[in-house]
Parts: sequence; C-alpha cells; structure tokens
Amino acid sequence: MRPRADGRTIAAIFVGGALGTLARAALAEAFPRAATAWPWPTFTVNIVAAFLLGYFVTRLQERLPLSSYRRPLLGTGVCGGLSTFSTMQVEILKMLSAHAYGLAAGYAAASIAAGYAAIHLATAIVRRVRVRR
Amino acid sequence: MSVLVWAGVIVIGGAGSVLRFYVDGIVAAASGRDFPYGTLAVNLSGAVILGLITGLALTGSAALLAGTAAVGSYTTFSTWMLETQRLTEERQHRKAALNIIVSLVLGVAAAELGRLIGTHL
Repeated sequence: MRPRADGRTIAAIFVGGALGTLARAALAEAFPRAATAWPWPTFTVNIVAAFLLGYFVTRLQERLPLSSYRRPLLGTGVCGGLSTFSTMQVEILKMLSAHAYGLAAGYAAASIAAGYAAIHLATAIVRRVRVRR
Repeated sequence: MSVLVWAGVIVIGGAGSVLRFYVDGIVAAASGRDFPYGTLAVNLSGAVILGLITGLALTGSAALLAGTAAVGSYTTFSTWMLETQRLTEERQHRKAALNIIVSLVLGVAAAELGRLIGTHL
C-alpha cells in the first residue's frame, strides 16, 4: 500500500509539520544548552509530542468518525514536527564524546521511559473517557 | 534571527514532515507492517544527516535551517514511541524491545558515521 498522496493529506501534514517545527525551533533557540547539560528543550518537546500523539491517534482511531485530514495534521504534522529523534541522537553522541557517560545513559533512558509512559497515559485517558460514556 | 530565517524554518519544517510521510510510507510498503521499519529508516537516515551537519560545524542560521528545521522535522520521536507502545499492547514484547534498542544503538552509530564524514569533507 503506497501512502495516499492526495493534496489535502499533504497540505495537512505540511501545515502541522510547520507549526510543530516552529515551536521546537523557537524553544531550542530560546534555551541553548551546553553539550554536557540536560537537553531540556529537546526532552520537553519529545515528551509533550509523545503525549499528544498518543491522545490524538487513540481518539481518532477509536472515538471519532473517520477524518481525512485530522491525523495527518495533528499526528504526522504537529507531533512529528514537534518531536525529533535525530537531535536526541546527536545530543547523546556529544555527551559520549565529552565522556559524560552517565548523563548520556540517563538522558536516553529518561527520554524513552517518559515518552513511553506519556503514550500509555494519553491512551488510557482517551479509553477511560470512552468507557464512561 | 531575521523574519526571513523564521519563515524558512516554517517552510522547511513543513517540507521535512511531508518527506517523512513519503519515506515512511514507501519503506513500510516495501518491508511489510510486522515491524516499524518505515520510522526506523527515517530516523536512522536523519541521524546520519544531522551527524554530518554537526561534523561540518554549521552555526547560526545555517544550523537552525538545516539541522533543527530540516532534519529535526524529518525525524520523529513521538511515532517511534507510539509504535513501540502499540507493539507492547499487541503483546509483541520482543519486537517492542528490539525497536527501542536497535533505534537507539544504530541511531548513535548513524550520527557518529555522519559526523565522521562531515569532519573529513
């Protein structure tokens, strides 16, 4: 199955991705971090984006009627643009290069644990609301 | 940072997200849906490129546009976590653990590879 490439989907991803990227870039520029400091800007956007993606995807798949543009706009666009994997990897690499091994391990572990927990929590919140109705 | 640079961040961020959608879709279509290879391909290729940009020692607006905006929007942490959590829900614990370990180990290796290439260019 090739990705559906209709104009509406692509436009939604573009708009959402632009907004998510703007927010992440603004935060990164406002709070520059040294290589051996905890990367709060990246950590924060990644965990927030994970929570939002868990919320949007669960709600859109299990609650709301099918929509052609909401998931591309909010999920692929906003959350994908807001979160970043590559910056996290380069940050870990720089920590390792600076021999800050504990920081590198802690940052990787905390990102994964908190990101996973954020998805789990958002999913549970959406499902609990549905059960109660 | 000028208004023009921030307009560039917006346009490049949108374009990077669209590129992610296509690469993910094409790789997932070619490799099957048993494992999230699409996101893995996006994230590892992005890690190489951001490592390269780091090796080239870009600064200021160039680093913001090429690194933070382009590669940052192309790769994704949130989808990586979502796919891992969904694999766990389907009781595919081995695949979920593999998705985390492979992405993390190869991601740092990919960034280092890119940085080595960048510093030697």
